[in-house]
Amino acid sequence: MGMMERGMKSLLLGELLSGMSLTLRYFFKPKVTLNYPYEKGPLSPRFRGEHALRRYANGEERCIACKLCEAICPAQAITIEAEPRADGSRRTTRYDIDMTKCIYCGFCQEACPVDAIVEGPNFEFAAETREELYYNKEKLLDNGDRWETEIAQNLELDAPYR
Amino acid sequence: MILQGLAFYLFASITVAAGVMVVTSRNPVHSVLFLILAFFNAAGLFVLMGAEFLAMILVVVYVGAVAVLFLFVVMMLDINFVQMREGFLQYLPLGAMIGLILLVELVLIGGAWVVSPEAGGLAAVPAVPAGELHNTRAIGNVLYTDYVYLFQAAGLILLVAMIGAIVLTLRQRAGVRRQSIAEQTARTRAEAVEVKEVSTGSGV
Amino acid sequence: MADVINFFSDFFYNNPYGQVAFPFVKIFAILIPLLLAVAYLTYAERKVIGAMQLRKGPNVVGPFGLLQPIADAVKLLFKETILPAGANKIVFIMAPMLTFVLAMIGWAVIPFNATLVLADINVGILYLFAISSLGVYGVIMAGWASNSKYPFLGALRSAAQMVSYEVSMGFVIISVLLLVGSLNLSDIVMAQQGSYGIFSWFWLPMLPMFVIFFISILAETNRSPFDLPEGESELVAGFFVEYSSMPFALFFLGEYANMILMSAMTAILFLGGWLPPFDIAPFTWIPGPIWLFAKIALVLFCFLWVRATFPRYRYDQLMRLGWKVFLPFSLFWVVLTAGVLVAFDMVPNS
Repeated sequence: MGMMERGMKSLLLGELLSGMSLTLRYFFKPKVTLNYPYEKGPLSPRFRGEHALRRYANGEERCIACKLCEAICPAQAITIEAEPRADGSRRTTRYDIDMTKCIYCGFCQEACPVDAIVEGPNFEFAAETREELYYNKEKLLDNGDRWETEIAQNLELDAPYR
Repeated sequence: MILQGLAFYLFASITVAAGVMVVTSRNPVHSVLFLILAFFNAAGLFVLMGAEFLAMILVVVYVGAVAVLFLFVVMMLDINFVQMREGFLQYLPLGAMIGLILLVELVLIGGAWVVSPEAGGLAAVPAVPAGELHNTRAIGNVLYTDYVYLFQAAGLILLVAMIGAIVLTLRQRAGVRRQSIAEQTARTRAEAVEVKEVSTGSGV
Repeated sequence: MADVINFFSDFFYNNPYGQVAFPFVKIFAILIPLLLAVAYLTYAERKVIGAMQLRKGPNVVGPFGLLQPIADAVKLLFKETILPAGANKIVFIMAPMLTFVLAMIGWAVIPFNATLVLADINVGILYLFAISSLGVYGVIMAGWASNSKYPFLGALRSAAQMVSYEVSMGFVIISVLLLVGSLNLSDIVMAQQGSYGIFSWFWLPMLPMFVIFFISILAETNRSPFDLPEGESELVAGFFVEYSSMPFALFFLGEYANMILMSAMTAILFLGGWLPPFDIAPFTWIPGPIWLFAKIALVLFCFLWVRATFPRYRYDQLMRLGWKVFLPFSLFWVVLTAGVLVAFDMVPNS
């Protein structure tokens, strides 16, 4: 490009105008905003959200207190205490997750041999106090019951790739 | 007419009061702000006299540009004015004497002033009949005809002052790297970027 | 209806109290729509920039988010006014008031049509120019009185920037005045009335000056890409870092009212003020003030458009543009305009 051509281009503000025409084209394009609380984006089946403890179809809790999740947790957010139950099976007496420590890496659900601890699709569990984010076993089982349909579907969809 | 009189006394008294505050206020920035107030009220006085062009030029040039630069400089000064005012009083006799001499001289000049006999007649008849021309045009008619040499000379003096300021502050330093925007924008992709074929595992 | 009009005209023209009240009524008739326009300019800004970034902008408060400016105003009103301990109190309080008042009083001379103007003074354009050049004081006083480094740096930048761009703005105005031969704003608009409608307005014969003027008013109102005095990436918020609540709101209102004032000035100088684009039937039905409003809106859209498009200038580049490009160019154009007018014997009112 010669001197003259370049000089004319900068004198006629060629580059500025081309930039402005670009923004003007975008002005008329359809908008990508999601109207969040009313519209939500798609989630992958692998999405790692709020934790849940699952049960078998007969209502028995899956967790066998092997403590693999506690061991692998890089943030040391999980605390488990276990005792044999009256029927002789090994179960947890305490299963706490400190959601303020959790980094949502998903190692716990990878480690779990019985698919008991999973990270469900729920990401809207913000709370007003820290105490509400210290989850205990009751809360986690409750989550499992509430999200079971979605969790089971996600696990099934993701199963071929595991 | 009463309203005009009131406005005159309002503007005039604020101008004088602001002028006094310029000299007396302790903080130099306040002084400049009072100076601006004085300019502004002087512009108001011009408007009352029907010289709205002069009033606006006063605001544009003095308030809008000159005083901004004043304020700019004064704000950046780092002077301890309490320290500067120490020993202020010991110069008072000298200052008072100079003031007195100036006053006497002014009185002498005023006393010896002889008013030209035609002057009264000239003042009574304005350069242009009022109401026929805007004062903007009237000023232009006088400035670019009768006083064109003086006007050009004033411009020349300002130009010399400007060149002088540049000459005084301009210094050529070695080793300064300046940005040349024309050079930068003239660079093409071919000059600036080179694609190297790097064989795998050998590094660049 | 006629009774009501008669009553008011009788009151305002014949009653002594009415004669005193009439100017105030006229002032409020300008200021209240202006403040509403300022409020909705902030809304328009967020919508336009949102749209250019493929977002929707405010759409929650009220239908299409139309009540958002009111919500913002209420929020600002109920916040606490903070006076920094080290601040110079009087100047600190005066600065936002000055900014706001200056942005308002400029409207006194804006002609809305051939007869509708609050003060039809002979030096209207100089008055507007003076008002816009005073705007810098609000910024400098705020920056200095805050007694804090970011506001101070912002104030210094703004002082240098506004003084620099005023010079080229002055030359642009002079070159327009050469074509008109009058400093009266109504005369400037009437001089643009020609047989070619939109093409006899000054934007076409003075196209380079129109562009320079537009860029200069961007710098004069501290708008992007020349918003260095408040550059948030370097100076937090520039000269109004220390302001909160109502003083902050006054700065905000002042800045946006100034944008509208400058747009009105552009519309009057270059876009034919209240004149319709073509002097034929469907265009002449629409009253003049609406045309003026449409032109102001167009210029304001360009303000927002530029803000959505360009990154901020570097400070030395800003100064270079003002002094080394715009000043010589506009000076040359003034000489050229004067030369052409004299050569072809077209000097108006000679």
